[in-house]
Amino acid sequence: MEKLNNQQIIEALQKAFGEHAIYGIGESHGILQVTSSVDQIVPMMHFLYADPILKFQFLTDLAGIHFPEAKGQELGVIYHLHSLENNVRLWIKAYAPIDAPNFPTITGLYASANWMEREAFDFYGIIFEGHPNLTRILNVDDMDYHPMRKEYPLEDATRHDKIDELFGR
Amino acid sequence: MSEIALVNSPNVGLDKTQKGGPYVNDLSTLNLGPTHPATHGIFQNILTMDGETIVDAEQTVGYIHRAFEKIAERRPFYQITTLTDRMNYCSSPINNMGWHLTVEKLLGIEVPKRAQYIRVIMMELARLADHIVCNSILAVDTGALTGFLYVYQWREHIYEIYEELCGARLTTNMGRFGGMERDLSKVAIEKINILLEGLPKGLKEFEGMVMRNRIFMDRTQNVGAISAERALNYGFTGPNLRAAGVDYDVRSLNPYSSYEDFEFDVPVGTKGDTYDRFLVREEEMWQSLRIIKQAMENLPEGPYHADAPHYYLPPKQEVYKNMEALIYHFKIVMGEIDAPVGEVYQSVEGGNGELGFYLVSDGGRTPYRLKFRRPGFIYYQAFPEMIKGSSLSDAIVTMSSMNVIAGELDT
Repeated sequence: MEKLNNQQIIEALQKAFGEHAIYGIGESHGILQVTSSVDQIVPMMHFLYADPILKFQFLTDLAGIHFPEAKGQELGVIYHLHSLENNVRLWIKAYAPIDAPNFPTITGLYASANWMEREAFDFYGIIFEGHPNLTRILNVDDMDYHPMRKEYPLEDATRHDKIDELFGR
Repeated sequence: MSEIALVNSPNVGLDKTQKGGPYVNDLSTLNLGPTHPATHGIFQNILTMDGETIVDAEQTVGYIHRAFEKIAERRPFYQITTLTDRMNYCSSPINNMGWHLTVEKLLGIEVPKRAQYIRVIMMELARLADHIVCNSILAVDTGALTGFLYVYQWREHIYEIYEELCGARLTTNMGRFGGMERDLSKVAIEKINILLEGLPKGLKEFEGMVMRNRIFMDRTQNVGAISAERALNYGFTGPNLRAAGVDYDVRSLNPYSSYEDFEFDVPVGTKGDTYDRFLVREEEMWQSLRIIKQAMENLPEGPYHADAPHYYLPPKQEVYKNMEALIYHFKIVMGEIDAPVGEVYQSVEGGNGELGFYLVSDGGRTPYRLKFRRPGFIYYQAFPEMIKGSSLSDAIVTMSSMNVIAGELDT
């Protein structure tokens, strides 16, 4: 059997969801990345899971990300899918504004998404609607901010010996 | 209680787990952890028990959370290697090499064959150490202390080999971007050869004591089983997934660091129970020995690091007398060198499964975003499902055979 190539995945997705559902297509070191809208994620994942050829049935990872400069699309989620039978990886990305960072949960499809989504909630404040137990996982429960967001610098702001300028940064 | 009393009990035939149901509640809560000798690390399980039977379990993790992903956003790339040491501290070199491979992919550095082979040797030694810990401790948890003593000295020996290569034993910080920091020394080669000679004997003795032991088999067979389907859905990787019958191994499916040059088998189990996990790890140790043997026999000549002056520290003697070397030394140590813009995912087969690094670089001196895919964090979610309905002692051996490591769980 010939190896599934990225063009076939794009065509299958465009056929099923139309051209407008896919905002951006990229490729990084052979891995296809597809950017879509938040409300398309769950149907898209179900389609990729159930398709008899594509078979993206393994969720490798789920990563939150914060781009403070991208107004209206500050918070993002990157889903790392893996089709073990074809040995092809795929990233699905979606972005939401920081005021309403609501994503649908995919715990119904992947049991492994449970803690991954809790982690993204814990660190980025991304709210996964329909999640069975969306609570903090690694940080303490009474923390009142989401520490991986870019507005929380790691260094103590009162320190003057580590100014980037002095190091030519 | 007589039989008649049991029949007349109001609880017969009722669903015990249903909240607010007619069941007369006589469940008790048991805290397993955060510090408990059987968890081998700091994490908590709140078990709801009906006598000896586990009805429900709730997990709390994060006791040793160290915010590695946040710290990494402030550190130059080479300083992140020390963070990876502390994830799965039973097999640090695999984490180090995984991180180096990720950055090399981003930078586009070609690593010489000799360095790749040395890396394979180190990674397989780390896998051996990891599996020795997991399997011998599993035997200890079932009450067999002797077997553990037969193999643990070889873990010590493996640490001595690390020491020979990088100077450290547990948190190794081994290798550099572009290759290794030093070549295999004469002593290291000698020690590896002693290991190749001696470990099979120790392993055979260990297997002779434990593998077909009636008590051990009774304690582990059909305990904590998970089907292949559920295991995949839960994101299992590594020996735990292979014990359930799925032959996914990163080393053979997506070879990295010249794994395609070596001949090895990927053992799989059938039932996914504790005994199968034990057997898969045992067999993997034999395969690791096979790989190390091949790598030692076919070790290519040549340099042990790439010619990448922007990222690979120059030799110290050069720094004292060569202007370029001094400049590069300064720039590397101060973290002045920018990485190209890009997005990379690289995975390696860690001791517990697919260890992945997702790196987003915005062209600065530090990662914009770094996400560690820790296999332990993902598969440990399945633990309540695996132990429901079994006894407490079964839960202990199930946890032990899953090889949950707190450092990897929490990052």
